[in-house]
Amino acid sequence: MQRVYLDHAATTSMLPQARAAWLEVSETVGNASSLHTSGRAARRVVESARESIAEDLGIRPSAVIFTGGGTESDNLAVKGLYWARCSQLGQNQLIIVTSAIEHHAVLDPVMWLSEHDGAAVEFARTDRQGCVSAVEIENALVRGGVALVSIMWANNEIGAIQPVHEIAELCKKFDVPFHTDAVQALGQLPLGLGELDATAVTISSHKIGGPVGVGALIVDPFAKFTPVMHGGGQEREIRSGTFDPASIAAFAAAIHYSVSDLSEHAARLRELQEYLIAAVTSAVPEAILNGPPPGEARLPNNTHFSFPGCEGDSLLMLLDAAGIDCSTGSACTAGIPEPSHVLLSMGVDEKTARASLRFSLGRDSSKEGIDQLAQALPGVVERALRAGSVSA
Amino acid sequence: MSAMRIISAMSGGVDSSVATARMIDQGHEVVGIHLALSRTDSNGKSRGCCTLDDARDARRVADKLGIPFYVWDFSTEFAESVMDNFHSEYELGRTPNPCLRCNEKIKFSAVLDRALALGFDAVATGHYAQIEHGPDGVELHRAIDPLKDQSYVLGVLTQNQLAHSLFPLGGDTKVRIREEALERGLSTAKKPDSHDICFIPDGDTAGYLVRKLGEQPGNITDAATGEVLGRHSGTFTVTIGQRRGLNLTVPAEDGAPRYVVDIDRETGTVIVGAPELLDVDFIRAINPIWAGAPLGEAPTDVSAQVRAHAEPVPASAYVDSGELIINLYEPIRGLAPGQAAVIYSGTKVLGSATVASTNRVGKQSSLHGS
Repeated sequence: MQRVYLDHAATTSMLPQARAAWLEVSETVGNASSLHTSGRAARRVVESARESIAEDLGIRPSAVIFTGGGTESDNLAVKGLYWARCSQLGQNQLIIVTSAIEHHAVLDPVMWLSEHDGAAVEFARTDRQGCVSAVEIENALVRGGVALVSIMWANNEIGAIQPVHEIAELCKKFDVPFHTDAVQALGQLPLGLGELDATAVTISSHKIGGPVGVGALIVDPFAKFTPVMHGGGQEREIRSGTFDPASIAAFAAAIHYSVSDLSEHAARLRELQEYLIAAVTSAVPEAILNGPPPGEARLPNNTHFSFPGCEGDSLLMLLDAAGIDCSTGSACTAGIPEPSHVLLSMGVDEKTARASLRFSLGRDSSKEGIDQLAQALPGVVERALRAGSVSA
Repeated sequence: MSAMRIISAMSGGVDSSVATARMIDQGHEVVGIHLALSRTDSNGKSRGCCTLDDARDARRVADKLGIPFYVWDFSTEFAESVMDNFHSEYELGRTPNPCLRCNEKIKFSAVLDRALALGFDAVATGHYAQIEHGPDGVELHRAIDPLKDQSYVLGVLTQNQLAHSLFPLGGDTKVRIREEALERGLSTAKKPDSHDICFIPDGDTAGYLVRKLGEQPGNITDAATGEVLGRHSGTFTVTIGQRRGLNLTVPAEDGAPRYVVDIDRETGTVIVGAPELLDVDFIRAINPIWAGAPLGEAPTDVSAQVRAHAEPVPASAYVDSGELIINLYEPIRGLAPGQAAVIYSGTKVLGSATVASTNRVGKQSSLHGS
């Protein structure tokens, strides 16, 4: 049985271009911070990658700060901006404006600052489709005392695209730093970072076909960040740690390919997305599509459904046995499924939130794979319903 | 036996690891499940490191055996059916067995029901007990290793539950199972046995109960004279038959050791006395559960066991008004209300019931309240 992988939002297969770039660099030696010939060669790889990324994203090379991935970039943005703002303004208690649908890599540093560093937190509400209200952000900015605003570009669970341009303009008007986590948006949407007045943008390599363990924070080169990682002083002392030239080169190759291929890729995903939604809702008429309707407000690779009366983890296990990989849209270190904080904050009740699955599409997705899903679903849902009724 | 679809409950210990491997060897389609039962962190978000280690060990064994593995969260059900019951039973002056309760309400109920609904045929565990197929259905028997026999904690299972349960280890000794785990290269082969109640990992049940229920201090008095001999921090911190840790301030005249012989819930008094006062020869037990056909109203010769590792005692038992009456041919020393009495015919489990009251040897009146 051919396995059907429908969890590309978790991670996706590596692009051949990225793998080739990684292998080529892996055959060389040299620390990119060393002064000798081999070191300079390694540095050349890093700087070429930086320029390539800058060109593909429409920014200056000095805006790219390489990190170990999305989580690190989010931590650097949230903590780095908060601490820098506090010391700039000579205050030790400022407000962080964010939303309840953020990824844990943003939510948890925000809550850490609130619990350990006196930060106050204001959550901008979302509508029932998971879209953050810019008006709420404006109200918070008018009230004042805001250290930073952090709102994701597009939600990782339900694919809702957020009004980041509007929010960035508001933040600029009030002279408040704006961070956005664009991990899910990169490779799905034209980012045009040159046109966005953001202070910091998080991107990650493995979500677009690069290797795991590398990412970047795209920064306003004039903004101040207090470092989270101290050490050798790389990346203008904002992020210490030895460069990983092979991964950085592969990351740049993945960005280059996915940006060049964007409109074709997105169009193909949108077609598959509509096909998947139609297939699932006709296989299981009770299924509810969570998040915005397919189109401008939703990422092209994302679908997310609730199957009322079922437990998401029962569905996942039965689909797994039927050869289909998908996600309940939430994970925990111990493997215990928690109801999605995103759905709960959108006003979905806990039972329905627990009844959810995310199917996310990628380059190897096909109508045949979706047909296999549609074929398995009715039996899987019937069994999960039975299991749901005995545990209720 | 034809191939079945089986859920193997993997605790992360050596026993369930070998049980899982044996089920796979027999040609069954096996899925490993680790049950997340207790959440030790106060905010309910994450669990203590010990249980996370166990989950990881279970996952690594499943990986090695090449079977799918998932964690099933039964922590809410466990808190409601096992932990809350544990607290309230102690508060009422009874001595519950949470492992029995977990088998009855979680492992062979909630988990089994879910497994059956999901299309599985049975649940396998690493318990030491044996399933046999008799003329009247499935029978539960003692394991061959008397040191490890766990049929007592499975005595709460009904015929229907037993029909969907598999205990692949009951025909071997623990020593043999450890050897087999080593031969199979399972990472859990040398892991020490767990003896404690899983949600009280430090083994300090009295301390745990004081934290949960609050201090409820009272007197410790002498059974013969009524004299106050010391203080306790809650009747739930002592058990009938307990000798150590009472911190009595007045020594006995003859210097003989004294045991907890009774607990008076009404006055919060713990009564201590000579060990002979602990001997009981009559048990009235309620809410019987039968592994097969129920006992009738005519006395039947059985053997009775009242603790997980107690010696079984010959007895005659019958049912009266839905209660199980047990007359012991040899006295049992120290028996508290709330304990389970499991009765056997030879090695076969007949059923179990919860001890409600007992009579002291030679006395007709009830010593312990119902």
